[in-house]
Amino acid sequence: MSFSIPAPLEARLDELVTHYPVKRSASLMFLHALQEHFGYLSNEAVEWTATKLGLQPVNVYELVTFYPMFRQEPLGTTHVKVCRTLSCALAGSGELRDLFCKKLGLDSHAHAPQTTPDGKFTVEFVECLAACGSAPVILVNEDLHERVSTSEAEKILVEGGRRSGSVGGSAAKGSANPAGK
Amino acid sequence: MSATATLPAPAAVPPPPPETVTVKVNGKTVQVPKTMPNWQGKPEPTTMLQAARVAGVEIPHYCYHDKLPVAGNCRMCLVECGTPMMGPDRKPVLNEDGTPKIARSVLPYEPGTPRGVIACATPISPGMEIYADSPATHQMREAVLESLLINHPLDCPICDQAGECKLQEYSVEHGQAESRFVEAKVHKPKAVDLGPRIILDDERCILCTRCIRFTKDIVNDDALGIVNRGSYNTISAFPGKAFDNNYTLNTVDLCPVGALTSKDFRFKMRVWFLKETSSVCTSCGTGCNITVGAREGVIHRFEPRSNDAVNGPWMCDSGRLNYKWIGRADRLREVRIGGRRSNWSTALREISGKLSTAPAGSVAIVASARQTNEELYLLKRLATRLGAITDSIVREGEADGLLVSADRNPNSNGVRLTGMAYTEAGIQLPKIAAGIAAGTIRSLIVFGEDVTAHGLDAGLLAKLDLLVVSDVLPNPTTEAATHLLPGAAPVEKRGTLVNTKGRLQKFNKAVEAPGDARPEVEFLQELVEAVAGPIGTATIEGLFNRMTAEIAGFGGVQWAAVGDTGITLSL
Repeated sequence: MSFSIPAPLEARLDELVTHYPVKRSASLMFLHALQEHFGYLSNEAVEWTATKLGLQPVNVYELVTFYPMFRQEPLGTTHVKVCRTLSCALAGSGELRDLFCKKLGLDSHAHAPQTTPDGKFTVEFVECLAACGSAPVILVNEDLHERVSTSEAEKILVEGGRRSGSVGGSAAKGSANPAGK
Repeated sequence: MSATATLPAPAAVPPPPPETVTVKVNGKTVQVPKTMPNWQGKPEPTTMLQAARVAGVEIPHYCYHDKLPVAGNCRMCLVECGTPMMGPDRKPVLNEDGTPKIARSVLPYEPGTPRGVIACATPISPGMEIYADSPATHQMREAVLESLLINHPLDCPICDQAGECKLQEYSVEHGQAESRFVEAKVHKPKAVDLGPRIILDDERCILCTRCIRFTKDIVNDDALGIVNRGSYNTISAFPGKAFDNNYTLNTVDLCPVGALTSKDFRFKMRVWFLKETSSVCTSCGTGCNITVGAREGVIHRFEPRSNDAVNGPWMCDSGRLNYKWIGRADRLREVRIGGRRSNWSTALREISGKLSTAPAGSVAIVASARQTNEELYLLKRLATRLGAITDSIVREGEADGLLVSADRNPNSNGVRLTGMAYTEAGIQLPKIAAGIAAGTIRSLIVFGEDVTAHGLDAGLLAKLDLLVVSDVLPNPTTEAATHLLPGAAPVEKRGTLVNTKGRLQKFNKAVEAPGDARPEVEFLQELVEAVAGPIGTATIEGLFNRMTAEIAGFGGVQWAAVGDTGITLSL
C-alpha cells in the first residue's frame, strides 16, 4: 500500500499546527484527522505525523496505543460496540457480546477489538455509552440501539451481513477504501 | 562619602563556604549543602535522598539515578518526614524543653495516617527530619514493593539479573515472606528483540523509565517509550525500528531488574561467579573506566565503572564488546626465533647480544600508542642507549561527541610524554623506511603494530638483520619477525595510560596471558637491563615512580597517588 496524504488535508493540518504554542500539541488532532481519512492509523501515518511535528515516531506511537479511540487496523463495515460498564453488565451485555462473538466466530475472551476475516464485522467491548437507563446498549456504527435483546442482536447481524462496499463508522468521510483493498 | 586617594587592593577573598541547611536523618543532625549537583551537574536544591546520603543513609530506589533526570515514578523512596511547626506568628512552636516542635507528615484528610514523600524529588528545608527507618516508612516500602512484584514473574533462577537485582535486594530487606496475590498475573511480551544488542522481557519490567530517559536525555536518541499505557503498559521501540545506537548496552546496566539483558552476556554466566577487576577500556583515547568480569581465565563482560572525571557511569557499546579477540584461538603464545619455537631466555639473550653490539643509529623502534607508559618508558631507555630512531602509529577515527574519541589509541599522550614520538606521531616512519632501504638501519623493534600497513612492507623488512616483534595477534609483521615475543592483552597485565585529556589511569590484571605470552614490562625490563644496565627496581610500582621522577610531564606522581579513578596531569 502506498501512503499518500491529499494536498487539501495536508494544508489543513499545516494550518492546524499554527493554533498551538508547540507543534507537539497538535498530535491528537493530526491523529484524528488521519484516522478519519484512512479509517485507521498505520505505522506510516504515525511516522508521517512524527516527521510533521518534529517528534520521534515512538512519541506518537505512545499516544496511539494509549487511546482506545485510535485504531491500528482497519475496521469491519459494521462496527459493533457493546457497552460493558455497570448498568449494561448487570443487564446482560456480557452475554450479548458472547453472542456476537459466537455467531461471528470470534474469541469472546480477547482484550482488543476483533474483526472478522471477511472484513464485515468488528466487535468491541467498550466503556459507558451514556445510556445507562436503557441498558444494555450497543452502538452499531453511529446508531445507538437500546434495551438490546438477543433477537435484535441477531437482526443486526443479518443487516450487517447485507451491508457491503460502504465503510462503517466515521471512516466513511475521507476515503471509500480504508482497508486499502 | 569622599573618594579616597588610594583604592584598597582587592583582598584575596576565599570562596564563601557553601550555604548549608541543618536536617536530621534518623535522629542524627547533619549539615548538608543547600544545593547539590543535579543529573547534569548543575546546582539544584538538595533533595532528601541526597541529604540522607550525606548522613550515610541510603534510601532504597529504582527509578532515581544520579545522572538521569528525576522521574519519581517507582515510589520506592517514599519516606516519612517532619518539619518544624510554625505558629500563627510565623515563629517556630517550641516544646517545653525549648526544642522546636516537629509536625510529622500526615494525610490531609486522615491526620492519623503518616504520609510519605518521595525522597528523590523532594527538596529539604531547614529543620526537616527524615525518618528513613521509621515503622511507617518500612510499611510504605513494603507496600510499594508488593505492588511492584504483583505482576513480576518469579523466574529468578534463570534470570540474568539475579545476584545484581534491586528487586531481589530490596525483597530481602523489605519483602514479605508470603504472597497475598491469588489472581492471575498480567502477561506481557517476552524476549522482545529490541535492537541488535538488547533483549527485553516486558514482564520483568517495573516501568522505572531509566532506559527511556537515558536514551532520550543522554544519547539524544529518543527511541524508547511506554506503549499501551494501562494494565498492559510495556517499554517498546517504534515497530520495525531497532534500538540501535552505540550506547544501548548502558540500559542493561541501568535496568534495576532483569528486563533489559545483553544479547552478548545473557545466559552465559551467573554474575556471582565473576571475578571483578578494575580496569580501563583501551578502544579509544577516552579511557573509560571499566570493571572486567572474568571466570577461570575467561573474560565474560566489560561494564563501565563510574568516574566523573572521564566517562561518568557510561561506556560505548563498541568498546564494551571489544574483548572477544582476547580469547581468540590464534593468539600468539610461543616465543619464536626464525619462525621456530624457542624460549624466552634464548630469545632475549640473542636479541640483547645483537643490540649491544649494534652501531649507533642502526636500530629503529616502532612503539604502539596502545602500550602502557611503563613499556614505553623502557623502550625509550633502550632507544636512548642505542641512539635509535623511534616512532609510533596514528590511529584516527571519528569522534561521536559523547564518549568515543577521534583518537583510537588509548595512550597517545603516553607516547608523547615518554618521547617515543613527538607532537606528531608517524612522521619518522618514512625516515625509518628510507634507512632500511639504504641499509643504514639493520635492526627494527616493533611493538603491537603491523608496520607492513604503514609503509614498511615485507620486502623492506626482509632486508633487516634483526626484526624483533612483540604482539598479541598474528599479522604480516609478526610473520616476518626474526624474533617473535608473544605479549599480553591489557586485561592480562598491569600498567598506566594517559587519556586524551591528560588523565593518568591505571588498570589491573584480570586474567593470565595464554601459553608463553608474558606482560611486555617483564621481558622488556630483562632486555633493557641486559643492554642498557640495571634499572634498580623490580616492580611495576618502582618502575612507574622512577619514570615519573625522570619525566617532567608526569609531575612526579607516585603510583600510590593514582588511585582507582586516576589523576589529571597538566599537559
